[in-house]
Amino acid sequence: MKRIFVDEKWCLGCRLCEYNCAYSNSGVVGMSKALKGKKIYPRIRVEEKGDTTFAVSCRHCEDPMCSKSCIAGAITKKDGIVRVDQEKCVGCLTCVLVCPYGAIAPGENGTAQKCELCIGNSNSSGEPACVGGCPNKAIVFEER
Amino acid sequence: MKRYVIIGNGTAAVGCIEGIRSADTDGRIVVISAEERRVYSRPLISYYLEGKTDLERINYRPDNFYSDNKCEVLYGKKAVSINSDATSVELDGGETIEYDELCVATGSSPFVPPIEGADSVKSKFSFMTLDDALKIEKSVNKESRVLIVGAGLIGLKCAEGLKDRVKSVVVCDLADRVLSSILDDECAAIMQSHLEDNGVSFMLGDSAVRFEGNAAYMKSGKTVDFDALVTAVGVRPNISLVKDAGGKCGRGVTVDGRMATSIDSIYAAGDCIESRDASCGDVKIMALLPNAYMEGRCAGINMAGGDCRFDDAFPMNSIGFFGLHAMTAGSYFSEKDGGETFEIKKGKSIKRLFTKDGYLTGFILIGETERAGIYTSMIRNRTPIASVDYEILKNSPKLSAFDADYRRKALGGVV
Amino acid sequence: MSLNYITPEFEIKRNYDRCISCRVCERQCANEAHIYDEDSKIMLADESKCVDCQRCVSLCPTHALKIVKNECAFRENANWQSDTIKEIYKQASSGGVLLSSMGNPKPLPVYWDKMLVNASQVTNPPIDPLREPMETKVFLGKKPSRPERNADGSLKTDLPPQLELSMPVMFSAMSYGSISYNAHESLARAAAELGIYYNTGEGGLHEDFYAYGPNTIVQVASGRFGVHEGYLSAGAAIEIKMGQGAKPGIGGHLPGTKIVGDVSRTRMIPEGSDAISPAPHHDIYSIEDLRQLVYSLKEATQYKKPVIVKVAAVHNIAAIASGIARSGADIIAIDGFRGGTGAAPTRIRDNVGIPIELALAAVDQRLRDEGIRNDVSLVVGGSIRCASDVVKAIALGADACYVATAALLALGCHLCRTCQTGKCNWGIATQRPELVKRLNPNIGRERLVNLMTAWKHEIKELMGGMGINSIETLRGNRLMLRGINMTEKELEILGISHAGE
Repeated sequence: MKRIFVDEKWCLGCRLCEYNCAYSNSGVVGMSKALKGKKIYPRIRVEEKGDTTFAVSCRHCEDPMCSKSCIAGAITKKDGIVRVDQEKCVGCLTCVLVCPYGAIAPGENGTAQKCELCIGNSNSSGEPACVGGCPNKAIVFEER
Repeated sequence: MKRYVIIGNGTAAVGCIEGIRSADTDGRIVVISAEERRVYSRPLISYYLEGKTDLERINYRPDNFYSDNKCEVLYGKKAVSINSDATSVELDGGETIEYDELCVATGSSPFVPPIEGADSVKSKFSFMTLDDALKIEKSVNKESRVLIVGAGLIGLKCAEGLKDRVKSVVVCDLADRVLSSILDDECAAIMQSHLEDNGVSFMLGDSAVRFEGNAAYMKSGKTVDFDALVTAVGVRPNISLVKDAGGKCGRGVTVDGRMATSIDSIYAAGDCIESRDASCGDVKIMALLPNAYMEGRCAGINMAGGDCRFDDAFPMNSIGFFGLHAMTAGSYFSEKDGGETFEIKKGKSIKRLFTKDGYLTGFILIGETERAGIYTSMIRNRTPIASVDYEILKNSPKLSAFDADYRRKALGGVV
Repeated sequence: MSLNYITPEFEIKRNYDRCISCRVCERQCANEAHIYDEDSKIMLADESKCVDCQRCVSLCPTHALKIVKNECAFRENANWQSDTIKEIYKQASSGGVLLSSMGNPKPLPVYWDKMLVNASQVTNPPIDPLREPMETKVFLGKKPSRPERNADGSLKTDLPPQLELSMPVMFSAMSYGSISYNAHESLARAAAELGIYYNTGEGGLHEDFYAYGPNTIVQVASGRFGVHEGYLSAGAAIEIKMGQGAKPGIGGHLPGTKIVGDVSRTRMIPEGSDAISPAPHHDIYSIEDLRQLVYSLKEATQYKKPVIVKVAAVHNIAAIASGIARSGADIIAIDGFRGGTGAAPTRIRDNVGIPIELALAAVDQRLRDEGIRNDVSLVVGGSIRCASDVVKAIALGADACYVATAALLALGCHLCRTCQTGKCNWGIATQRPELVKRLNPNIGRERLVNLMTAWKHEIKELMGGMGINSIETLRGNRLMLRGINMTEKELEILGISHAGE
């Protein structure tokens, strides 16, 4: 299956991925309308260390700890995609405690959210928004 | 076709079912469920009281879980004994079920200490099952005064769940701090004051010695009037089935890394077992949902002929009260035990990282819990501190603290 | 001091209804023109630092940015135009030579735009390149004037060394140092994929790029930086650079601050030392001297590689080319006055040299007149902008074209013409690692291949329209061109008729 891969060699640390992610998941049409004046809760986060920058998002692990640890049974993996059922999640954040990549974080309402590859997002164009918006192909969506 | 029998219908049982089905799609699975409900998320009962979940969403697996996994569930049945020679389980109705592979996932039961006059209390509850929560829900109202005995995880989650439904919540505990099993004095004090800020009262280092109707007479001499009493002082693993069958038990059922008990073809998983804490080496009961699932799954895979080990369990908790989150994991070695502690404090937030012999062995985070899983994975993987940039990690958990090669594999490969 | 204040050339217009203060513009501007104000949580700008490279405009996710010409104007004056005035202010404050980069931006005539291409109608039917085979392959090098046969009557086939190009375009010289490692990698990989060549410039060849040797032209310039036997043998051809269109008559100067790490190693000069290429080759003061260098290089490479001599288009270019053709060179490259550069004195860039179109026509004619046209191939550069420029150049007599500016544009260059600052926001004309990484060669290669593939299609279409199915039969076929808006003299030099004739 296709996954998101990150190559820090090409990451510019511009953080467009964070904003494209937040927009894609906002459900609002128009990025300015969706994000202006708001704190964003992107599901991909750029880390910086000196000149090294890279983005981190859910790896959709073969054997996801988050799903096995979810006390609400809200995290499931289907067709290779690990997703959080926002209806079921109670925000205990056990998933945050077990994700080895630090790729899960609470969203605005306190429930856990993570990259779900923009599947079903009305703003996405068939590929994850972080990938489409990365100016340097540091984030790619492909089979490996 | 193999016959699998699972005693219990909780998280470990689900793990076991999914483990079996990952290796064997045909075998017959029978689940013996004492509760007359399909599997739900036990830890969510406080969220139910709080209104964050409901009787539908609290289900741990979708409606078609059992049918999709071709499981037969015997609701309301209790296993009363295991006959390992006959490889059968006897139920309370007298019937027996034969097994090829058996998983004991009987969980634990609330421990209710014998206190004088307890019989005189009409409105008294444990806080373990959904039925408990439903009963409490029915009995309390906006005027109720609730006394919770036990300031552990269960007692405090119950307090949080009830807070907005009742007039007052008082929590007492013999221990002099809250969450004594996972927090040290200082961290406990932060949590306690946050709970107090949100309207929960405490009587610590104190406990009820006698009940009389709706009054509790405390060790300290104080009297507490209440309308409902919740006892949450602890749980005991349900080991009698295995013990009576001749299986080796400590405080919990003894299992090996494959979740096999000392009796052939009998596995055990979940809150009823004891296992080795990978963060310190001690054998203990780590009754936590993630562990239960993984133990169940491990048992299931092995029952179906696969080969799975789960021997890196350690305690870990993510728990929040009124918006303040605490995450803890592993073991905290004090300096006299050869450990080192790194600490950052800032208002209501605190971070303690415990290291020993060059490894991270445990941590306590209150408030700032972002990306804590990076720390957890260091405990699980026994990542040498020397191989990472610990200075970065002290500040916050980041993948940039790891070497580029690790990141290349983690972020550029299939994991 | 207020006398030193020069009004910024551009104004950064930010649409605050759109701006979400994501700070991408700030992070992407190496000139630090964008500033985030923590207190008000809004983006501000320091326009004096803006070079209009359009990086922020391109990356702004809400398209909130526009860079416009600053409206603050001097009183209009056709003679004293604002650029002229500002240059005087700058020199009055600094006392220095003005530096610029890329090609001559002055409104001097572009003869490509005054030439029109023919098409077949009725009697000589056009060819549909989608249905018929169409040859764009060219060979560069000495050719015999007529077929020669051996004693037994068989055809002599042992030609001097040739460069085979899948299409008549090559990437011209840009040194590693003036452009980044990633820009070089993009060019090298694209050239290899396209079956054409790129050119090292005078910066030597980075060890990583020896793998692309079969598609590399290695340059030997007056500073001889990075030249050694392995380097000469690594390339497919050797180019002696006598001059450059953007700065004829002067050498080059890469400041010591850019001579770091691999650049220093590749150029074989110490870190931090200025790389000064002298104006002349100090061993070349005549065609005879040039001949010595040409043959030294041939000797060093066992006569297996064609030698190119590159000169700037200057007043006596026809005579100069004739001399070069007689020096033993296999290919003459001529660079017109609109050619680009990483840094040149503004006055030189804007005032020295002549248009490539006129130079090409004059050289081709002269070599024909002297009967030595087949002794050399002609490659022209200096602002070849598109496929029709290529077609017109071939029709005027060129064998192939050199392109550099167009290639850089494909890599992301927005022609802000401040390469000399080393702060290229597109990762091209810079050695700063955090900027270099902005050009991912996987993208660069793809875009160069796309550009050249598109040009190839267009060249074929133009050829097909003229009823020509092989690019070599177009070479020097000036009947395919007509001039427009030109004087008799211009038409005479170009050797073409006026439209309507």
